[in-house]
Amino acid sequence: MSLVLDMALCALILGVGLATVAGHGVFRAVIFFITYGLLLAIGWARLGAYDVALAEAAISAGLTGVLLLAAHGRLRRLRAAEEAPLRPNLPAALVATGIALALGWAWFALPDPTAPDLTAALPQSGVGNPVTAVLLNFRAWDTLLEAIILLAALIGLWMLARDRAWDNPLGLRYHARAGGVMASFGRVLPPIGLIFGIYLVWAGAEMTGGAFQGGTVLAAVCLVSIMADVLPAPRIAQPAWRLALVFGPGVFLLSGVAGAVFAQGFLALPPELAKPAIVTIEAALTLSIAVTLVLLVIGPPDEGGQDA
Amino acid sequence: MTALISWLVLPLFAALAAIALPSRARLPAALLGVGLTVVASIWLTIEVWNTGAVTVSLGGWRPPIGIALRADGLGAALGVMTALVMVAVALAARHELAAKVAGPRIGFGFWPLMLLLWAALNAVYVARDLFNLYVGLELITLTAVALVAISGKAAAIAAALRYLLFALAGSLLYLAGVVLTYAAHGTLDISLLAARTVAPGDALALGLMTAGLLVKTALFPFHVWLPPAHSAAPAPASALLSALVPKASLLILLRIWFEAMPELATPMTQSALASLGALAVIWGGVLALLQSRLKLIVAYSTVAQLGYIFLVFPLAGGDGAAQPWAAGAWTGAIFQMLAHGLAKAAMFLAAGIYIAAIGSDRLGDMRGLARALPMTGFAFALASITLLGLPPSAGFTAKYLMMTAAFASGQWAWALVPAGGGLLAAAYLYRPLSAIFARDTALTPRPIPWAWQTVPLVLAALSVALGLLSSIPFEFLQIGRPEQAAEGL
Repeated sequence: MSLVLDMALCALILGVGLATVAGHGVFRAVIFFITYGLLLAIGWARLGAYDVALAEAAISAGLTGVLLLAAHGRLRRLRAAEEAPLRPNLPAALVATGIALALGWAWFALPDPTAPDLTAALPQSGVGNPVTAVLLNFRAWDTLLEAIILLAALIGLWMLARDRAWDNPLGLRYHARAGGVMASFGRVLPPIGLIFGIYLVWAGAEMTGGAFQGGTVLAAVCLVSIMADVLPAPRIAQPAWRLALVFGPGVFLLSGVAGAVFAQGFLALPPELAKPAIVTIEAALTLSIAVTLVLLVIGPPDEGGQDA
Repeated sequence: MTALISWLVLPLFAALAAIALPSRARLPAALLGVGLTVVASIWLTIEVWNTGAVTVSLGGWRPPIGIALRADGLGAALGVMTALVMVAVALAARHELAAKVAGPRIGFGFWPLMLLLWAALNAVYVARDLFNLYVGLELITLTAVALVAISGKAAAIAAALRYLLFALAGSLLYLAGVVLTYAAHGTLDISLLAARTVAPGDALALGLMTAGLLVKTALFPFHVWLPPAHSAAPAPASALLSALVPKASLLILLRIWFEAMPELATPMTQSALASLGALAVIWGGVLALLQSRLKLIVAYSTVAQLGYIFLVFPLAGGDGAAQPWAAGAWTGAIFQMLAHGLAKAAMFLAAGIYIAAIGSDRLGDMRGLARALPMTGFAFALASITLLGLPPSAGFTAKYLMMTAAFASGQWAWALVPAGGGLLAAAYLYRPLSAIFARDTALTPRPIPWAWQTVPLVLAALSVALGLLSSIPFEFLQIGRPEQAAEGL
């Protein structure tokens, strides 16, 4: 039974993937891409990688989907999107097929993967979820740099703004009709999402969840509030937003330096302090990840005048 | 260890401060960060010189569970070169990209992007873990793409998008190779991988990682994104992009071929890599010859100059017992990375001065500029000496070491590449030099502050001094060098 389910899932993933790259029209490709992300998330869940599944669903299907839809809307307003005839790019297709075949061969040729043995290290890490232990303790340097990559992406995005629009509010102007669906969503969804997002971060210490997944949910909450006109659109000049951006990476860096000063070394967490330290770092990171994702999705300061 | 950690975290702290602080405090915070990181960089170099390579297991977790960092002579030397270029760029950007001149957007964005790029470069120079290297590369790529787009012009944004697509394709190829390596060996630590038993997928993994890194290094034929991207950025950003960014992926290439998987090298793959390098020297040189804008000439010359470094694959170990020194070709390749970094940054910063002075970098408009801006003309000429590989510059040291290795090992054909490349460089650099030093003047330049004019001059002078005093850096680069550097692949 589960084999049939998995085969069907694989077929769906391949079919939807093919439809994304080979179909006609940008809008259709975006919708297929979102579906593709959700199917991949189910695939990760079937492999038992629930943390990856959550991240895939939240970031790849959810946030990336919103970004692509927004990009499509912007292109349509500029009348640039419709409808460049999509010619199959033969060299790209050949290279992609070659790599896929080579990776397929490697899957059969390689022995079963051997991950490093964490049984001795995990009890020292302060958390029970091995994924969190790897991300926030064993390989914290990777995670710190990844949080900073997110920040660099946002600064890069802001560099695409027009100079004369620099002081404007970020993103497009949104109007929600009073009593409409968006306005009521904007008031009903945020409290539920807020609790769910915070729970994901807290649960991440022992079970599935974590800063990236929780931050994405909180970002969605914040986005809905901005789109429903409940929260005012942020501006770059507002210090609170910029402070929220650097808060998480800043706390992470400071705790790393504290490890170098008071414990065995940079990013070291003494086992008895590891749990509170990790929860504090994750909470700070969640705030910054959420704010960064919100600002990435709403985009650089806009020249205004147009509705979403 | 304290030096290594300070050198890694100081630019990160400075970048966070530059983002969070209000506009009047931004420049002082960024410049303070630059100053402190330079001190940390010198401190680390002294520590490596005195005690040998510095190794740290982050968080106290040894590989394969944790990530190890190791500052060897190669990483620390690149770190010093980077620090010198960063100081020069910061001093030039104070004039060229000040918020009053370039607008509040560039005035806000340049400093955090520059500092984040610096942090990422430092992280890559000492990383011993293939996935940590991937994270570092991604941070480099994102900041570099933003620096290409920062001028806000349509051509710059188009060049940045093209660069982004190439760089992401490169990242994916590299990551696929990393995944295969992890699946086969359960570790990504370079030292542990060197001691592994070879698995059937290793050649594929090495091939994928190499392909991805070649795209990021802009080796011929993957160079098409580089000239438009590097010439579209404001000059201080171009200096960072050309002098530093390709060095990171090149360093990873050296690390995986010479340290992680040296036993996979075959004479054919070594010749293939070196042939692509030779083609890059020729193709970049010919196209540089055909350009009429200074920044495009300088950008195409980067394509050519990076090509020389790939001769290291067949030539390493070639000098063997025939020379009084060991690891000549390997050290020569690193000298080329250092010399090109200093000289190329000097050239782009000089081009920035010319653009600020006359508002153009067309060769025809630049005629006679050496009369009004003699220091900048001298800086460009000195940097040209390094790129040509004339004595006593560090460019000469690099070519001399590679050519002696080629003759000593009987692979004299590879010696034609530095020789012919030098002639081509003479041809393409003659045109801007003859324009700058022409007797007639095309345009009357705006005055340029004296302090700004000295910046490229100092960098160019350093690229020559590195050759004059080459015995100390030569010895420094041997600290913690891999066996294969002396024995060959």
